[in-house]
Amino acid sequence: MSPSKDEIVVEDPSAPASDSPALASNRAVEIAVSLALLGLAALLALDNRRTGMSWDSTGPQAGYFPFYLSVILAAASLFGLVKQFFPRKPADKTFVTRAQFGRVLQVFAPTLAFCLATQWLGLYVASFLLIAGFMAWVGRIAVWKSLLTALLFSLAMFVTFEIAFDVIMPKGPVEALFGH
Amino acid sequence: MEAFGLLVYGFSVLLTWKILALMMVGLTLGIFVGVLPGLGGPNGVAILLPLTFTMDPTSAIVMLSCIYWGALFGGAITSILFNIPGEAWSVATTFDGYPMAQQGKAAEALTAAFTSSFVGSLVAVLLITFLAPGIASFALRFGPPEFFAVYLLTFCSFVGLGREEKHKTLISMTLGLLLAGVGMDTVSGQLRMTFGSNDLLRGINFLVAVIGLFGISEIMLTMEERLALRGHAARISLRVVLKVWKELPRYWMTLLRSSVIGCWLGITPGGAIAASFMGYNLAKRFSKDPDSFGKGRIEGVFAPETAAHASGTSALLPMLALGIPGSGTAAILLGGLMVWGLNPGPLLFVEHKGFVWGLIASMYLGNVVGLLLVLTTVPFFAAVLRVPFSAIAPMIVVSCAIGAFAIQNAMFDIWLMLGFGVVGYVFKKIGIPLAPFTLALVLGNRAEDAFRLSMIGAGGDMRVFWSNSLVGSITTLALILLFWPLISRAIERIVRPLQPAR
Repeated sequence: MSPSKDEIVVEDPSAPASDSPALASNRAVEIAVSLALLGLAALLALDNRRTGMSWDSTGPQAGYFPFYLSVILAAASLFGLVKQFFPRKPADKTFVTRAQFGRVLQVFAPTLAFCLATQWLGLYVASFLLIAGFMAWVGRIAVWKSLLTALLFSLAMFVTFEIAFDVIMPKGPVEALFGH
Repeated sequence: MEAFGLLVYGFSVLLTWKILALMMVGLTLGIFVGVLPGLGGPNGVAILLPLTFTMDPTSAIVMLSCIYWGALFGGAITSILFNIPGEAWSVATTFDGYPMAQQGKAAEALTAAFTSSFVGSLVAVLLITFLAPGIASFALRFGPPEFFAVYLLTFCSFVGLGREEKHKTLISMTLGLLLAGVGMDTVSGQLRMTFGSNDLLRGINFLVAVIGLFGISEIMLTMEERLALRGHAARISLRVVLKVWKELPRYWMTLLRSSVIGCWLGITPGGAIAASFMGYNLAKRFSKDPDSFGKGRIEGVFAPETAAHASGTSALLPMLALGIPGSGTAAILLGGLMVWGLNPGPLLFVEHKGFVWGLIASMYLGNVVGLLLVLTTVPFFAAVLRVPFSAIAPMIVVSCAIGAFAIQNAMFDIWLMLGFGVVGYVFKKIGIPLAPFTLALVLGNRAEDAFRLSMIGAGGDMRVFWSNSLVGSITTLALILLFWPLISRAIERIVRPLQPAR
């Protein structure tokens, strides 16, 4: 089937290879998550015990409800953990392959950097950098297109939220130059 | 016919230029959200919520619910033209919709999808119009024990009736309830689970969690997949629309069946996804020619779309009447109500008539306008998919951050959103459902308050939950639903030996 004018075709040149080796199995991740949840449940249970988890004259204390919830959470996580050691189905599915994880990092790392940049540069400058950088490096889109899109989007956001709807965002030195 | 008079009043609230314009904006944004990969109904609504903070509640809810209708319509476009369900509830639409597009009948399939969506929501809205006020006035007599019993019923039915592994639903739900409890305790004023952090003092905001869980995690999940796509362009002509509408009455049984399934699963926490599959499967089972399904049969588009929309719309019924959302998106709308300073629950029908009936009237109008809008603008929205994901992804990230920050003006919330994004990504991949978490997080404090108020009222006697026939039967039903998988297995074991051998 060759693309005709009735068709819309979008290519994805950097798609993750399907034969990429597995980085983590579902079972390993399930065990890790169960352990983490168990730890969280224990932590919260201890904290609520400190707050007070029994009954006083007016009814249950502040820690009562959450204490028993953390007990249920611990029990459910423990069940999940034990279940992983008695697998019914021998086949273990892949959680993520190396190539897939690379792609996930491609979006996670810039997002992390964006959050950091927001603290120092303000949200609008950070969003300009994120969009331009992401389009140019990850998407391999022409630099002028990336810069233009990023500028227009950031400006549109600024006008919508800051001016039209009065929603105040974190701002940095650049906005200060323009008196905002 | 009191409902009818109130509905007319609702329309009178609605018919101002400002609200109609907001409606169009909402619908257009919603269709975008539905069409774009990596953005779904719940996150679309959550991200756009900050836009409404400075509006009055009626305009706000009309715009937000229109985003939701738009997303429901938009999901069908990509399913049919590209074989890519924009939303999980449009998976079943691809079964027959995409083959139809391949046979050059894309316009018919799209018209069928939009029209049946419209029919489905219309049935659900009628149900809401005539049922919700009754339920609400009944619920006005509820005290804390009754409310706690209803919350318990909601939570238990998620565990007992959900298709996910039970312990995973339980994990998701208890985690949500626990996180809802972080911060200042509303009854005693004590701090709990804050670990000395000033940022946790405010508690974990429900909308921040939702934006992270659905928005950020969805981008990571989308990036993992191959993003290449190939599909058909389509244009809908009036002739095709009329042709499909002429055929419509022939499928009244399918439409009716799917509407009923959808409404039922929408009110109970079955959800639009289950409804669309069930609608499709039942249409196939009752068909005289089941083998023709999956090869481009128009009935295979009617059935799931009607059910999905009926369910998506009727999920708002328990939210309006009882303050209990029937779906993830309804939970976010409920979160919105609290932001706008309204107290969800049966009192809404008494104290905020204009708001409630404006919303109900907007469901009628929004669906009519939405239908006309999608029918005329399909080619444009299909072309939106040409925009590369590497341009869309960072824009979604920015919108998520704006949304998360705007709720409480806190940088901490942006970090929290990022954390929830990672959690959502991992949870989705190992099959821990997110809907119970969302529901628990939004209802957690109310459920706990109801529990503690009833305990205070009853002097710590648990029997208060069986103190009268109403609260007793709700509590018992909740427990039955919680243990339903065990009970149904037990019944099977008893009944099977009694059945005659074939």
